[in-house]
Amino acid sequence: MTQKPKKVDIIFSPYSVAPYQILKDTMKRSKEEVIAELVSSGLRGRGGAGFPTGMKWKFATEQKGSVKYVICNADEGEPGTFKDRKLLMSVPRKVISGMAICAWVTGSTEGFIYLRREYKYLVNDLQKEIDIFKQHSKEVGLNFNLQIFLGAGAYVCGEETALIESMEGKRGEPRNKPPYPIQDGFLGKPTVVNNVETFASASMVCRIGATEYKKFGTADQRGSKLFSISGDSPKEGVFELELGMSVEAFANEFGDGDTKAVQVGGVAGFCVPRKDFAKAIIGDGNTTGGSTMIFNSSRSMYRVLHNYLDFYAEESCGQCTPCRIGCQQLLKGIEAVKKGEKPAEYLDQLLKLSESMRLTSKCGLGQSVTNSFSSIVTNFREEMIF
Amino acid sequence: MANNITLTIDGHQVTVDHGTSILDAAKKINIKIPTLCHHEDLCVAGNCRICVVEQVGKQTLTASCATPADNGMIILTSSPKIRRARKDIMALLVSEHNTQCTTCYRSTNCELQILSAEYNVDNSIYMSVLKDGDCKIDKASWSVEKDNSKCIRCQRCVRTCAEIQHVNALAVTERGKDMKISTFMHLPMNEIVCTNCGQCITHCPTGALTERRYYDEIWAAIDDPKKHVIINTAPAVRVALGEMLGYPVGTRVTGKMVTALKQMGFNSVLDTDFTADLTIIEEGTELLGRLKDALVHKKQVSLPMITSCSPGWIKFIEHMYPEHLGHLSSCKSPQQMFGALAKTYYAEKMGIDPASIVSVAAMPCAAKKFEANRPEMRDSGFQDIDAGLTTRELGYMIKQSGLNFQDLENNSFDTIMGESTGAAVIFGATGGVMEAALRTAYFLITGRNVPFENLNIMPVRGLEGIKAASIKFEKCLPEYSFLEGVEAKVAIAHGLKNARVIMDQIVAGTSPYHFVEVMACPGGCIGGGGQPIPTTNEIRQKRIDATYAEDMGKPIRMSHENPEVAQIYAEYLKVPLGEKSHHLLHTKYRKRNRY
Repeated sequence: MTQKPKKVDIIFSPYSVAPYQILKDTMKRSKEEVIAELVSSGLRGRGGAGFPTGMKWKFATEQKGSVKYVICNADEGEPGTFKDRKLLMSVPRKVISGMAICAWVTGSTEGFIYLRREYKYLVNDLQKEIDIFKQHSKEVGLNFNLQIFLGAGAYVCGEETALIESMEGKRGEPRNKPPYPIQDGFLGKPTVVNNVETFASASMVCRIGATEYKKFGTADQRGSKLFSISGDSPKEGVFELELGMSVEAFANEFGDGDTKAVQVGGVAGFCVPRKDFAKAIIGDGNTTGGSTMIFNSSRSMYRVLHNYLDFYAEESCGQCTPCRIGCQQLLKGIEAVKKGEKPAEYLDQLLKLSESMRLTSKCGLGQSVTNSFSSIVTNFREEMIF
Repeated sequence: MANNITLTIDGHQVTVDHGTSILDAAKKINIKIPTLCHHEDLCVAGNCRICVVEQVGKQTLTASCATPADNGMIILTSSPKIRRARKDIMALLVSEHNTQCTTCYRSTNCELQILSAEYNVDNSIYMSVLKDGDCKIDKASWSVEKDNSKCIRCQRCVRTCAEIQHVNALAVTERGKDMKISTFMHLPMNEIVCTNCGQCITHCPTGALTERRYYDEIWAAIDDPKKHVIINTAPAVRVALGEMLGYPVGTRVTGKMVTALKQMGFNSVLDTDFTADLTIIEEGTELLGRLKDALVHKKQVSLPMITSCSPGWIKFIEHMYPEHLGHLSSCKSPQQMFGALAKTYYAEKMGIDPASIVSVAAMPCAAKKFEANRPEMRDSGFQDIDAGLTTRELGYMIKQSGLNFQDLENNSFDTIMGESTGAAVIFGATGGVMEAALRTAYFLITGRNVPFENLNIMPVRGLEGIKAASIKFEKCLPEYSFLEGVEAKVAIAHGLKNARVIMDQIVAGTSPYHFVEVMACPGGCIGGGGQPIPTTNEIRQKRIDATYAEDMGKPIRMSHENPEVAQIYAEYLKVPLGEKSHHLLHTKYRKRNRY
C-alpha cells in the first residue's frame, strides 16, 4: 500500500498579519544567521537545476564590488508548468519578500522580475504589490529598487545566462560557463538569479525557520514543492506537495486510474512508464521544476515525443551544433522510423546521438533532450516503430 | 598574474597564465584539439562544440576553447567518449551542409572538409536537414557571395564584422532549426551597410562566404583575339600568392607571377605600384596644399587629411561618417588611377583602341571589385577597370592554366606603367602609404632624405591597431618655408574598428593629426579580404616582413624617383593636381545611409 502524497500548506499559506513582516523581522537578525538558516534548511532552487539556494546567496555575499543584481526568473516556459503564474497571482508578496531578503543579505540595490511576455496581464497587479513593497522598504531603510522586465517569449531565456543576455538587449543565447552569473552576470556584475518559487520558499524558511521547514521532504529534497499537474487527470492544477513521494503514489492520487506514463519535470525531464512507478521518486535527479504530465492508455507516446522534439527544434537558440542539428535529427529520425523509411535500429543510433547531445551541448536545453527522448524511446519502443 | 595555473592534460603537467583556455594550454604541449568556431582574431564563441574534452569529475564534456584552465584540472583530450562525440558533431554539421565538395571554391581549403575527412564522416550517417531556402546563393553584391547552404553557423563572420570592423553587416537571425546568419531584414548583400572588405570571407571556415568570382570572364577575354587584356598586380599580391601555390607563408613570388601571367596570355603584365607612386605624388601635393591653405592662407581646411586607397574604408566612412567626407584625399586608389590611365595614356602611347582593352586588376581585396564597378570610375570614357581579381582567384587561374609555377623563371613587368619603387611596394603593409608619403614629402620639403636609417621609418610599422608618429620639418626649402619648425603629426589605423576611433576623435574635434592612413583590413592589404586563407597575425607579420624585404631589394625606394612617374608628368599629366590629374586621378565621394 503506497502512501498518499502529502499536501502541504506553506507557500500558499495566508500572509502574515502585517505586510512585509517577514522582511522586517528577518532584517533584525544578522545576515550570517539568515544565510546559515537557508543553508541548513536544505532549500534547493525550484527552477529545475536544484542548486542549493543558501550556497548561492552565500557566494553572492562573498563577491566584491558594490553593484549586484537580484533577478527573479519568472520566464516560466517549461511545457506543463504554470505554478509560478499561480504564485505570482495569489502570493506575490512572498516572492518579493524573498527577493528583498536576498538583496539585503547580498548587498544588492537593484532587482528585476523577468516576467515571460505571455504573463503580461499580471503586470498591473504585480506593480501594485511592488508599490506597496516600496513603502515598507523605505520604512526599514532597505534600498532595493525592484522593476518588472518583460521577456520576449523564448523558451531558452529561462536559462539564466540567456535570460541575462536578453535583459542586456542581445539575442537570448546561453553563455559559456564559467563564469557563472554569481561572478559575472547582468552587465558583468554579480547576479543572483532564482526561480519565483525559490524566492517564495526562501521567505517562508525565514518565517517558519529551517528546523520546521526541514520536517518536510526527504534528506535529499527538503521542504514542499509546487506541482503543476496536467494531462489525463481529473484534478489538474497547482498543488503544494511534500517532496519524496513515488510516482505510483502520485499517479494513484492524480491519475484517472488508467495512467500509462508520467512525465516528470517537463519536456526536459523524464518519462516514467507504469512498470517503474513504484521505484521512481519524484524529485530525484534534481528535476524539481514541478511540471508533471499524466498520460493514460489512449495516448500515443510517439505523438508525445514528436510533440516534444518539435518543440525543441523550434526553441533551441540554434547557436550550438548538437542542440540545433541534433534536435532536428531526432525529430526527422523518429518520423522516418515510423514511416518505415529507416529501420528500427536507427532508433539505437538516435539514442547514441541524444547521448552525444547530453555530453556536448552548451546549456541545459540541449543536454536535457536526451532525458525525455531516451526514456520514451527505451520504454515505448514498439510505439515508435508500429 | 603570471604562470599561476597548473593542470594535467593527457597525463602531462602544464603551467599556464591565468585565463588561458584549455585549448591553448594543450597547444603549449603540442596537443592539437580540433576547432571550427574558434579563430585567434576573435572572441570566444564555444558554439561548434568540436573542441570538447573530458574534464575528470564532470558529467558532461567541456568545450576547451571556452573554458579557462584551472588549478588541479585533469583533462583528457582523447578518449572513446570524446571521439564518439566529435564524430557525431561532425556528422551533424555535414548533415546540415550542402556537400558540393567537387565544385566548391573552398575545396581543399575548407576546415569542415578537412575535419570530416579526419573523422571519416560523410552525409550518410544522418539524414540531410539542409533547407531549400538556404540553397539560394546571394550574388547581389559585386564583392561578396553568400551561400547559406555551406554555412556551419560558427558565427566567425558575425564576430569578424562586429569586432574587427564595427560594421555588423552580418548577424544571427531566427532561432532553433531556422537559425542562420543573415543581414538586416534579410536584405541582399548589396543593399545593406557592408563595406565589401571581405574579412568575413577570410574568417569563414567553409565556402559559405566567398568573393564574387570573375575568372571565367577573364579567360573569355584572353581567348578573344580582338581584346587587348592587361593586368596590374597590387603589391600585397606578390607576397601572398605563393601561399596558393605551395610556398611557405612570406615567400615573394613577384618574378614567377609575372612569367605566369604572360604565359597565361595577358597581353601586358603591369604593376599597380606605378600608380601607387603616382598616388604619393598626387596625394602628397594635395596634403601640402591643405597645409599651406591652413598655415599661410588661414583657410578652413579639413585636417587631418585621410588616405583613400582602401575601398572598404571609403564605403565605411561614406556610411558611418557621411558628414566628414571632406577629410578624405580626393585621390583615387592606385587601382582606379591605373584603370583610368590604362584606357587613356597607355592606349595612346601603345596605339591601341581603348574600347578593345580589357583591364584587369589583381588585388588582395574584395572591396576592389565593388570599387571597379562604382559609377564614378568611368573617367576614361569606359569602365576604367573591367574586373578585379583576388589573390585567391589569381592562384586558381594559375592552377587552371596548368603551369608548373615553381619551375617558372623570373621575369620583370612590362612597360609602360610597369615601373615601381620600394615606396610603392610597402603600400601593401599597414603604415606603408604613410612611410612612402613621408619619404617623398620630407624630401620635397627639405631637399633631404628622411632622417631614418636606410629610409626605414620604423615608428609607422607594425601590427599595433593605431600607430601615431610625428616628424619635424627643419631647414625647409624656400617654397616650403611655411612648414619651418612644424611638427607633422600622423597616425595609422588598420581594421575599421580602429578607423572608428580616429573618426570619433575628428567628430569630437580632438584629433591632433595632420595626416592619417586608414586601411580597412587588419595588417593593411597584406591581410586583405582577397588574400589566401587563413590569415592570422603570425601570417600577417610574415607577409609584412616579405613586403619590407622586397622594398629593401629595390634600387629605387622613393616614389618621386620613379622614372615612369617623371615621364608621365612630362608627357601627359604635366603637373600634380593639374587638369588631367583632376579628371583622371581624382574622384568624389557620396553620402550613404547608416542603415
